[in-house]
Amino acid sequence: MTDNQQFIAQAANEEYKYGFVTDVDTHVLPKGLNEDVIREISRLKQEPQWLLDFRLKAFAHWRTLEQPSWGQLKLPPIDYQAISYYAAPKKKTDGNTGEMDPELVKTFDKLGIPLEERMALSGMAVDAIMDSVSVRTTYSERLAELGVIFCPISEAVRDYPDLVRRYLGRVVPYTDNFFAALNSAVFSDGSFVYIPKGVRCPMELSSYFRINAAQTGQFERTLIVADDDSYVSYLEGCTAPMRDENQLHAAIVEIVVEDRAEVKYSTVQNWYPGDKDGNGGIYNLVTKRGLCRGDHSKLSWTQVETGSAVTWKYPSCVLAGDYSVGEFYSVALTRNYQQADTGTKMIHLGRNSTSTIVSKGISAGHSQNSYRGLVKIAPKATGCRNYTQCDSLLLSDTSGAHTFPVIEVDNDSSVVEHEATTSKINEEQIFYCNQRGIPTEDAVGLIVNGYAKEVMQKLPMEFAVEAQKLLSVSLEGSVG
Amino acid sequence: MSALSQYIDLYRNHRDAFHTGAPQAMNDLRGVALSRLEVASLPRKGSEDYEATDLSSVLADDFGVNVNRRDFDADVAQAFRCDVPNMSTNLYFCLNDRYHPSRTALLHDQGGVVVETFRQAAHKHPQLLAGHYGRLAGLDNPTVALNTLLAQDGLLVYIPDGVTAERPIQLVNILTAAMPIMAVRRLLIVVGREAHAKMLVCDHSQLTTTQALALQVVEIVAMENSTFDYYDLEESTATNRRISSLFVDQRAGSNVLIDGITLTNGFTRNNYRIEVNGEHADTQLMGMTVASGRQHVDTHTFIAHNAPRCHSNEMFKYVLNDEAVGAFAGRILVRPGCPRVEAYQGNRNLCASPEARMYTKPQLEIYTDDVKCSHGTTIGQLDEEALFYMRSRGIGIDVAHTMLMQAFMSDVIDAVRMDLLRDRLRHLVEKRFNGSLASCANCVSSCKTPN
Repeated sequence: MTDNQQFIAQAANEEYKYGFVTDVDTHVLPKGLNEDVIREISRLKQEPQWLLDFRLKAFAHWRTLEQPSWGQLKLPPIDYQAISYYAAPKKKTDGNTGEMDPELVKTFDKLGIPLEERMALSGMAVDAIMDSVSVRTTYSERLAELGVIFCPISEAVRDYPDLVRRYLGRVVPYTDNFFAALNSAVFSDGSFVYIPKGVRCPMELSSYFRINAAQTGQFERTLIVADDDSYVSYLEGCTAPMRDENQLHAAIVEIVVEDRAEVKYSTVQNWYPGDKDGNGGIYNLVTKRGLCRGDHSKLSWTQVETGSAVTWKYPSCVLAGDYSVGEFYSVALTRNYQQADTGTKMIHLGRNSTSTIVSKGISAGHSQNSYRGLVKIAPKATGCRNYTQCDSLLLSDTSGAHTFPVIEVDNDSSVVEHEATTSKINEEQIFYCNQRGIPTEDAVGLIVNGYAKEVMQKLPMEFAVEAQKLLSVSLEGSVG
Repeated sequence: MSALSQYIDLYRNHRDAFHTGAPQAMNDLRGVALSRLEVASLPRKGSEDYEATDLSSVLADDFGVNVNRRDFDADVAQAFRCDVPNMSTNLYFCLNDRYHPSRTALLHDQGGVVVETFRQAAHKHPQLLAGHYGRLAGLDNPTVALNTLLAQDGLLVYIPDGVTAERPIQLVNILTAAMPIMAVRRLLIVVGREAHAKMLVCDHSQLTTTQALALQVVEIVAMENSTFDYYDLEESTATNRRISSLFVDQRAGSNVLIDGITLTNGFTRNNYRIEVNGEHADTQLMGMTVASGRQHVDTHTFIAHNAPRCHSNEMFKYVLNDEAVGAFAGRILVRPGCPRVEAYQGNRNLCASPEARMYTKPQLEIYTDDVKCSHGTTIGQLDEEALFYMRSRGIGIDVAHTMLMQAFMSDVIDAVRMDLLRDRLRHLVEKRFNGSLASCANCVSSCKTPN
């Protein structure tokens, strides 16, 4: 083994630093999934009848489905009756003073999430979600002055029922897939964002998801609607405690982008990835889709995926508006026994719509990292353009990198390009760095950061720094 | 009733006729093939690797099989002269599924090169047939299993160790029948150590109204340090359906070129599966398709690198006109412990009409880190600026189109390692783009519509 290889081998062993558990009293529904559980969730959240009906319909549909198995993943069967579908910290706020439970504040402080308004300098509105409920949403009032709605979806159901009803399930219907049906039946909190016509949201909106309770899953649902000529940048982060069990995270994110509006959705996914022998970790099985309904609308997905034992998701764009734009930038780093099968779908329905896909996979240890994507150009979507680039970097000879793009073009005026490469870190680059006094460990960090730079640049600044740190921490010990 | 069951019934009803005279090696596999088919179902359109192709409907028609091996009265050697000018080949014919050598082939002995039917080989080279027949093809693919069940004969090509076949071997497949027919063809090619050979297979059809199906399986074994070129040219008619599966076993240091060309056809599904089993092997897998009308060409390729330090290069090009449908699904697999593999896969497509459809799925599956693998795909149109440039210099739009399309195809044509064939192909492709392919000058039988 050369020094390089040894270094790479070490780099993957950095401990997960968000693996603590917060000791708060939590109200957990008994394990199992049936109609009564769904009714109970709905009752706890004081939901209207139409939403309960929606959940029950989704549940009835879910029961007719089987867990899909087509991914390039070894995903053991999940016992859906062994999971509790609702867990909420009992004391979110002190009833008298409106202050948050100090334990929760401490937890989010430890995670680096500013929940206190005094941290206004961070300039970011946060919706913090612990297990099944939102514990705090900051800046809501200030945003409301502009007409921007930013609140937990359960509040939105209560306060803006018409809006929610109009858009919920519109982009990802409960019939979409197995996990979408499951989520539609049992979904708990997530964020609801509505940006009115012509408003440029003055700050980054973000959701922070935390799984805390054991033997639960998280099934949040996020709905973002950007009305004509609006703009919003939305960030999502997530962590979970270290546990030997696998926990399920099956979320849905729906985005609707109207005429000339733009939504930028960034994810830094750092769920617990399991230990170095592949025990425990989160199953991250998420359906994310945006509908660019308006002409000249734009949706941009950026994701940095470093966590989860299994990641299986395809943030997608349905480009229905003429001249609409879809973008997907992804860095997926897998190590130890992590598995990732991720990518995107770009469905071009509108004329002259364009899409760009840049996917960078980095595999270390015994991990498997796949890009899977679809670019579809409908017969009437003339003049469309797609460019796809997906590169894979292999840091160990026991890891795997795979590419499965599907391209369907149904007219003669569109241009689609796809490029993919797979290789290991260039020895000459490492040699060059060594020669200039940069140790191999730093050299690999530099090269990987350079490799991922194209995607990192797309992240909002605060996140880019975090993501870069995360990437180098994740790499520590896995480089060689 | 599934499309397969009619053929299973056909076999059961005529079991003795299928077995009579066929070599033991073929008959031995029929039982397993039958049991596989009894539980098999044909992949549906949209399922993995069959995005654009519905095999059930391709096989649904009641195609007749020449169970009793009746001979046709055509003197093909006399009638068919669509060969490559000035290129001397050892020519063989396959009329539906019966093999005939031409007179020239009988005259030219090439240092022990064996070209004979399986029925002949059963007596003369039984060990070759028994050792290789069905070994590569397996029975997992239902169409291969169907071929194995129904094939009654095939052609064995054997190049002994150290022999260089000076003259290329040419096999001309001709389909002719008065009623819908299925030609069940089988080729087994064994290229010995340090042996070198080239082979040209042309698919022709004289049928313009009758439906015909060619169900073909080709197995190629390239031993250590051998060189083998396999050119497969399809010039059939719109009523022709073809399902071909080609399997290659490449040993260390072997150099294999496979070139699949479809100029005219009805429905074509070509499967290529190449297992690179020895170090320093070189694989070139090329293909091109020119499709118009309602032609349907679906290519599926799989190159498995099972040994380190190998090189493979794959390139498929499609030009689609009218309502033609093209599909390409390619996969490169590098198994664990196979460092220093270099593999490239390319698929370039031109959609030249609003109704043309292209589906493509290039895939990489890599389990070793020290490799260089890449793929590239494009779907687009002719470059408007290039067209404008040519027109501004007085070149008519049609000629400019043809020139650009010809240039688009040039790297596949240039990969041909036989000078005369390369020239001939260039000429054929040009004619194809001009729409005048079906009138080869000196062919009296003609692939065109009979007068």
